[in-house]
Formats: sequence, structure tokens, C-alpha cells
Amino acid sequence: MRRVYLDHAGTTPLDPRVADALAAVYREHHGNPSSIHAEGRDARALVDEGRERVARAVGADPKEIVFTSGGTEADNLALRGTARALREKGDHVVTSAVEHHAILDTCHELEREGIRVTVVPVDGQGIVDPDAVRAAITDRTVLVSVMHANNEIGTVEPIAEIGAICRERGVLFHSDAVQTVGALEVDVRALPVDLVSLNAHKFYGPKGVGALYVRAGTPFSPTQTGGGQERDRRAGTENVAGIVGMGLALELATAARAEESPRLAALRDRLVDGIGERMDDVVFNGHPTRRLPNNVSLCIRGVQGESLIVALDLAGIAASSGAACTTGSLEPSHVLLAIGLSRELAQGSLRLTLGRATTRDDVDYVLEELPRVVARLRSVSAVFP
Amino acid sequence: MTYSEVAVDHFTNPRNVGVVERADGVGKDSNPSCGDFTRISVRVADDRVTEVRFKTFGCTAAIASASMVTTLAEGRTLAEAERVSAADVLAALGGLPPEKEGCALMAAGALRSALADARVKA
Repeated sequence: MRRVYLDHAGTTPLDPRVADALAAVYREHHGNPSSIHAEGRDARALVDEGRERVARAVGADPKEIVFTSGGTEADNLALRGTARALREKGDHVVTSAVEHHAILDTCHELEREGIRVTVVPVDGQGIVDPDAVRAAITDRTVLVSVMHANNEIGTVEPIAEIGAICRERGVLFHSDAVQTVGALEVDVRALPVDLVSLNAHKFYGPKGVGALYVRAGTPFSPTQTGGGQERDRRAGTENVAGIVGMGLALELATAARAEESPRLAALRDRLVDGIGERMDDVVFNGHPTRRLPNNVSLCIRGVQGESLIVALDLAGIAASSGAACTTGSLEPSHVLLAIGLSRELAQGSLRLTLGRATTRDDVDYVLEELPRVVARLRSVSAVFP
Repeated sequence: MTYSEVAVDHFTNPRNVGVVERADGVGKDSNPSCGDFTRISVRVADDRVTEVRFKTFGCTAAIASASMVTTLAEGRTLAEAERVSAADVLAALGGLPPEKEGCALMAAGALRSALADARVKA
């Protein structure tokens, strides 16, 4: 049966060239990069090369890249590493209402350690107002964390403006760029950011590896101690294959970006326009233009997210919903509530995220199947007559 | 999350969808933890459930359970239908993922509520 994978914001398939590189490392390079012997030096060279590739893609110095186990750890490390290092200077962190749980839940944890957290709201399209961030900053603020683009609704945040405000106020600025690196330009030479989170499996790299960019001179305390790897910022033997894979994947994604992102944006717009023409009672989420090239987010009145995803899956379409009903209690997405949607509407959310393999034919298949699936679910729906 | 073949069938081809016109009893049950709800309406003739229909706003398991509970009640005497339980729905569906078992409870609750209404109105 035909499969159309439209959950690239969840994860991307591994680039076959990256898969080959991973296999080669696993088969032929078993050394520990900390070892002095030839096998160790060989592994060290691979890690160095991966680090250079990641650094080059974001305009950083290789010394400023700290490899982690993924985006969640990078976010944790950014918040905990700086909040702890600056504890004497202050005890206040500013973030936004639409951040990933890796940020928001970590902020709640920090609150238990006596850090105060201000969560800045967003407007109806999910945009964080830089002036609201400015107003939230106090003399005790040590860090502001606002994502580059939202993983659910695709809105791209004004991080250049927010970063400039942080600079002006002498406050560190972190941005979770997990959804944008590889898809949009992220250049730390041009952006006033001090810390940036990256995640390899969002740009056709392997799962289980990510990185945190830490600008040179940024006060930083490690949260994981041990062997002193990553210049004492993240202890533990390096994930050599993962780092090689991440470096290669990012280099390939960056090289393809100028062609791929406009191609995806055109397909995204075809999908949005097609849904708008064929379906009633749908609401598109996020900013219409300041958005990720591959993200379509909408709410469909009268249907519930889990049954929509299962029905689409049965029709060969892999999609996701902000309303995850895995624990039996369905909590509508905090992002959808933050942009002002009702709980009922937020329950019918659908996210379609396109990627390299997505064709115009795939989009047209979704445009045929989605209205059919929704019509069937609405015929059962107790909120539809 | 994996659903049984029977559950997928009842989700994809739900039985007895809709509303019984001039119903003898109507009932509703909801799951306050997720906001899902099911409405069931019944026609009762000669102490027998001759028609039973449902509408559900909810997940796959909620829809499959409601569809299944209507098939378990249809054609039964009022007393038999009143004994249809969440366990019967679960068994007939070949089970549900553990976190979804509340959906069977909701389906049975909506049926019982419709039958109780029919008793009162009779």
C-alpha cells in the first residue's frame, strides 16, 4: 500500500549517504577519541571533522560546539549550564509559552531549585513579541530562551530582535533551533545568540546525537561530569559515529537548502490552498508567511486528533497531532492553547510536515484522502449534526 | 499504539452510526479526563431493543467501543441489553490498549443511560 510520510518534524529518514558513513565508522573505527594510540587518534580525527562540519554550517568556531545526545539534552544543558554558572549574578529566566517541553519542563525543574521563570505569551499566530521579552527582563535575569521556529505550528520567531534586546541588557540568549537548522539559515556570526540547540535526526542525520552551540566566553557549568570531554562541558565518551553522521548530514542539508526549502514551501502552499478549497470548518495555525517551509498545521472542527491520525495512517498517510492521547487523558497541546484556540478545536489538530521525499503527487494524494477521511469521521462525530 | 483487527474494523466501518428518530430513550456518557463523549439513542418495541444508534466525539477506541456496544444491544431484550458491560465490549473488541479501556466504559455507560431513559419514558 502507498505510504506518504508527512511527519518530518517528528523525525526525518536517515540520508543513505549518512547511513553509509555510520556503517563505515561502526565497522572500521572502533577507537576511543581520548586514547593515545593510533585507533584513538583515528577516532579523534573523525570527531574533529564532524565538529568542524557542524561548526561551519552555523558559522561557529569548532570549539563552540558541544555534542549531546540530542535536542532535549542540548536544551537542558543550555538552561541548567548557564543558570548554574550565573547563580551568583541572578536567578531569573525568561522564556515563551510555545517552547518545547524540553525547555518548559526544565524551567519548572529550575523553579524547584529557586530560579524564577517568566513565561512570555504569544499572539494568535504564535509570535513572541520582542517588547514583551524586553519588559520581562529584570536586573536578576540571567538567560532568555526563545525557539527559532515552533515545532507544532511552524511559526518562525523574531530571534534577531529578541537577541539584540538581550545583548543590550547584558543577558544571555538561547534559541532552540532544532526545527530550523538545515532548513533555514542559522548563522551565529549574524545572530545575537549565545547558545543554540541542534538535533541531527531533524536534518536526515541519526537519532541520539545533537549539539549545543556555546559562544566562546559564555559562563557555563557542566551538568554531566566525568572524563572532561567536550572541553569540560559534557563528559562522556563521544558518540563517534553519531558525530560523523551529524556533521555529514548537516553539510548535505546545508548544500541542498537553497533548492530544497523553496521546493518544500511551494508544496506546503499547494497543500494549504488545496485543503482550504476542499474543506470547511478548518482553521490554519501559525503565521501565514513567517513559517517553516515544510510545516502545515491546522485544526479540523468536529474530529479528535488521535482518531484522525489513525484514520490517515490506515489510508497510508503518516501525520501527527498536537493532541497526544497516549496516556488516556488527552491534554490539548500547550502551543495551541497559547495561540488562543478552544480546547475542543485544539483536540482536532493535524500537523503535516513535508520533507525531501515528498512529491507533488504525495500532496495531491493527501488532498484526495484527507477530505474523505474527515467526512467519514464527521459523520460519526457527536459534535456534528 | 496497536488496535486489534476487530477494533480497527469497527473504527473504519462503524455500525449503527446516527440518531434514532423519535427515539424511546437517549443517553450520553463522557470521559472527563479527555473530553470525549458518546450519545446513544434507542427504539424499544415489545421489551426489545429494535434499533440503537450512536455518535461519538473521540479517539479510535471510543468510536470502536460505541460501535461495538450497539451491536451487542441490538435485538436483545431490555433486561439483556442492560447487562451489557464494559468487559463485554472489551472482550468483543479483542481488547483495547490498557490506557484506552475507559473508552469501553464510556460506551457501556452511554448505552445504559439510553436504556434507563427508555424505562422512565415507557
